[in-house]
Amino acid sequence: MAYSEKLLDHYNNPRNVGSLDKAATNVGTGLVGAPECGDVMKLQIQIEGDTIVDAKFRTYGCGSAIASSSLATEWLKGKTVSEALSIKNTDIVQELDLPPVKIHCSVLAEDAIKAALEDIRQKQAGNQQE
Amino acid sequence: MKKTIFMDYQSTTPVDKRVLDAMAPYFTEVYGNPSSRNHQFGWEAEDAVKASRETVATAIGAKESEIIFTSGATESNNLAIFGVAEMYREKGNHIITCATEHNAVLDPCETLEKRGYKVTRLIPQADGIIDLSDLEKAITSETILVSIMYVNNEIGVIQPIAEIGKICRARGVLFHTDATQAVGKIPVCVEKDSIDLLSMSSHKFYGPKGVGALYVRRRNPRVRLSPLVHGGGQERGMRSGTLNVPGIVGMAKALELCLQEMPEETVRLNNLRNRFETQVMGALDYCFINGNRDRRIAGNTNISFAYVEGEGLMMAMPEIAVSSGSACTSSSLEPSHVLKALGVKDELAHSSIRFGFGRFSTEEEVDFAASKVVLAVKRLRELSPLYEMVMEGIDLSTVKWTDHH
Ligand SMILES: Cc1ncc(COP(=O)(O)O)c(C=O)c1O
Repeated sequence: MAYSEKLLDHYNNPRNVGSLDKAATNVGTGLVGAPECGDVMKLQIQIEGDTIVDAKFRTYGCGSAIASSSLATEWLKGKTVSEALSIKNTDIVQELDLPPVKIHCSVLAEDAIKAALEDIRQKQAGNQQE
Repeated sequence: MKKTIFMDYQSTTPVDKRVLDAMAPYFTEVYGNPSSRNHQFGWEAEDAVKASRETVATAIGAKESEIIFTSGATESNNLAIFGVAEMYREKGNHIITCATEHNAVLDPCETLEKRGYKVTRLIPQADGIIDLSDLEKAITSETILVSIMYVNNEIGVIQPIAEIGKICRARGVLFHTDATQAVGKIPVCVEKDSIDLLSMSSHKFYGPKGVGALYVRRRNPRVRLSPLVHGGGQERGMRSGTLNVPGIVGMAKALELCLQEMPEETVRLNNLRNRFETQVMGALDYCFINGNRDRRIAGNTNISFAYVEGEGLMMAMPEIAVSSGSACTSSSLEPSHVLKALGVKDELAHSSIRFGFGRFSTEEEVDFAASKVVLAVKRLRELSPLYEMVMEGIDLSTVKWTDHH
């Protein structure tokens, strides 16, 4: 199976690898997948106002999973929360030209984005109640 | 760019040049059909097949008349299992095999199960070797066949074949062994090991693909088989079809070379494998060698690199050709059934890589490969949320994961 240039680029030079302060009120963390299934993604976003100013990831998984999450962080930076919510796994499939057996990697990346955004939403809802 | 280093010798091997030379005349000059009994072309081809049959038989301590040529181990396994099951149906309907067998044994057994046979799949010990008392206990008055592989294709462990053979003989049960990964690598003797049926495949020992053999014992006991392929009655009716003469000549030549070179080659491969393991295991933490470390063949090691995924790892080291127990490299979502049977956790099965060493492996290649593996694992661990968590002191078993499959 030959991988696309873009996928290989993200795999070989992953963007935004690392971690943000999980405890910060303006950082949302999404941790999805399971080690026994062979892939786990941790995706974090930092927001200022309504804008995502930073995104980081770490992924345990195959090359497509790593590339999908790297691409996701690249797309997230600079987007508003509502724009981020509209990122679909099919966008990732298209951009990286993922083969059918690797579609679940893009689904996982979408799940990770949603989970990180949900974490932020909950944190901020908590803040407002105080 | 440097050429990719082949470390997948369990999947197949290149044809040795000496083997190719031996085969060449049988394509263009000695092209007769060995079944043509009435002219020179047929006789010459028949002579070549006869000589090859003798070589193959001698290599495993058998008689010429006990070798059936096939298209490879898959066919040999199918012929042995279906052939015995059908022929001995009156005697019983129970077959014993092992959970770590190749699919070419497991699938025929599963098919027989659907047809009403009973199948026991022995679970090996954590080191991959079966417990002989489990086998003893599993044999019933209905048992007609025990099929246990000689050497495992993923982890390289060698089963106690002579002891298994002894038990089967004493209990009056036929014993088949899939010796695909053993023949040509370690000494195999059907007499000493009390083997009744044995499968082999030429391309695993530097012969051509698409040719193999099934040994079928003719005396004490005489094994009878129902054929799978019907037709011209070749191979004493057990496998019809015009013989693959160049392939058979190649297989015999390949086996002859393996036997000649076996003592030195075993030492050499053992050294290469140990050299590789020492370098890799010395440079990385959280790595585990799968299977019994003493009772395995020289040219194999199977290592789980915790917190990195096997296919991702293979992609990180395109300079070396290996295989992985990760589900991502198979068509199913399940990781290696062999590692699972050993009780290896799914996450470590996903993280496993099989490294093979063979005739054309060199020290230089091994050192280069080891350095690539170490670099790749380190790089992927930098990327791994699991490794990060472990470094932070988090016990991964306490984390609530979202199962997405
Ligand atoms: C243990 C074992 N049995 C059977 C086979 C099947 O051999 P072949 O593909 O040559 O029929 C293989 C090789 O993949 C093997 O390793």
